[in-house]
Amino acid sequence: MSEAEEIPLWEVFIRPRNGLAHRHCGSLHAADAEMALQAARDVYTRRGEGLSVWVIPSAQIVASDPQDRNVLFDPADDKIYRHPSFYNIPDDVGHM
Amino acid sequence: MYSQGLIGSGDQTTETPKFLAAFQARIDADEKIEPNDPMPAAYRKTLIRQIGQHAHSEIIGMLPEGNWITRAPTLRRKAALLAKVQDEGGHGLYLYSAAETLGVSRKQMTEELVSGRAKYSSIFNYPTQTWADIGAIGWLVDGAAIMNQVPLCRCSYGPYARAMIRVCKEESFHQRQGYEIMLKLAEGSPAQKEMAQDALNRWWWPSLMMFGPPDGASEHSDQSTRWKIKRFTNDELRQKFVDATVPQAQRLGLSLPDPALAWNEAGGRYDYGEIDWDEFWAVVKGHGPLNKARVAARKKAWEDGAWVREAALAHAKKRAARQSVAIAAE
Repeated sequence: MSEAEEIPLWEVFIRPRNGLAHRHCGSLHAADAEMALQAARDVYTRRGEGLSVWVIPSAQIVASDPQDRNVLFDPADDKIYRHPSFYNIPDDVGHM
Repeated sequence: MYSQGLIGSGDQTTETPKFLAAFQARIDADEKIEPNDPMPAAYRKTLIRQIGQHAHSEIIGMLPEGNWITRAPTLRRKAALLAKVQDEGGHGLYLYSAAETLGVSRKQMTEELVSGRAKYSSIFNYPTQTWADIGAIGWLVDGAAIMNQVPLCRCSYGPYARAMIRVCKEESFHQRQGYEIMLKLAEGSPAQKEMAQDALNRWWWPSLMMFGPPDGASEHSDQSTRWKIKRFTNDELRQKFVDATVPQAQRLGLSLPDPALAWNEAGGRYDYGEIDWDEFWAVVKGHGPLNKARVAARKKAWEDGAWVREAALAHAKKRAARQSVAIAAE
């Protein structure tokens, strides 16, 4: 390799305890998956932050473009009938 | 973990007034800005500078303390100091990652540091002469850093704010371990107490300088405040630090090296003496006791590690190539 080459970037996800989902906590550089996992353990779990770590090459993540935010997510705003509060149920029916 | 008021940043920007107003409206509504969001070039540049300087400070900050790991007086102190120095390395890495989300590469930042072009907190250009200096650094330098960093947890740029939350969680152990060292020395033999006093005398003023130039002289403060990168001025944070630290020094039975220091009843604060800004600027511009040694140590570590980085990448490529051959053969 040449010194011009950047060591690949990885995203780190940690599961704090069983029952919870893995959650993104940061990123790091590592040459391969094994080193990325070791580095993630050293950098992000020094105080019992997790029981499980995922590392994923950053280049492999496909993300939505913030510019498309309106196109992608705004249509959900006018569909209030997707929420329970849209429906009128008399009080005497009780909790539903 | 260590930040300092940002030194030298252009906050000129060239976008249309409409774009800038829309961006400012998001900031005013307390929306967080995330990596791929549209942002003014000057906002990006200011953050790259600030987060980069902050990261470099963490990394350079490992050097003065690392100096004492092998000479810590007990195994307990050694384990704590090792853990603290490892934390500083971790904090540097969180911050480099946050800066990279703005489009600067790790390599670029490293090169700026090892070439001596990058700025970092001026405090690390002072030497750690005795074991008591390790106590004074934890107590004062980490204490000053905490004052600076807690408001940064609410910074408008999401990745920086998130990194700071992690850092602040880990930080309070640093200050406590430093204060405990000071306490032990202050309660010890006359020679030990004298050592603690000497360390306090040498670290007090540089700690006050960590908050950066006085408000009148700070070039970028206003724009950074409008963008909610900065939540308090340098002088406000410095005052908070003085007010928190004076009673802690009294508890140690040590005196602060400032004859002008006095309780201001009307203001509800401590007044303190004039800071030697000539010294501050001299250290920032590279003329502190150890500027050259600090950068040289980083440069040596970077260059000595080149073969390891090359070998790791070559190994990863070889394994990946073998794997693809094996898959093709199946």
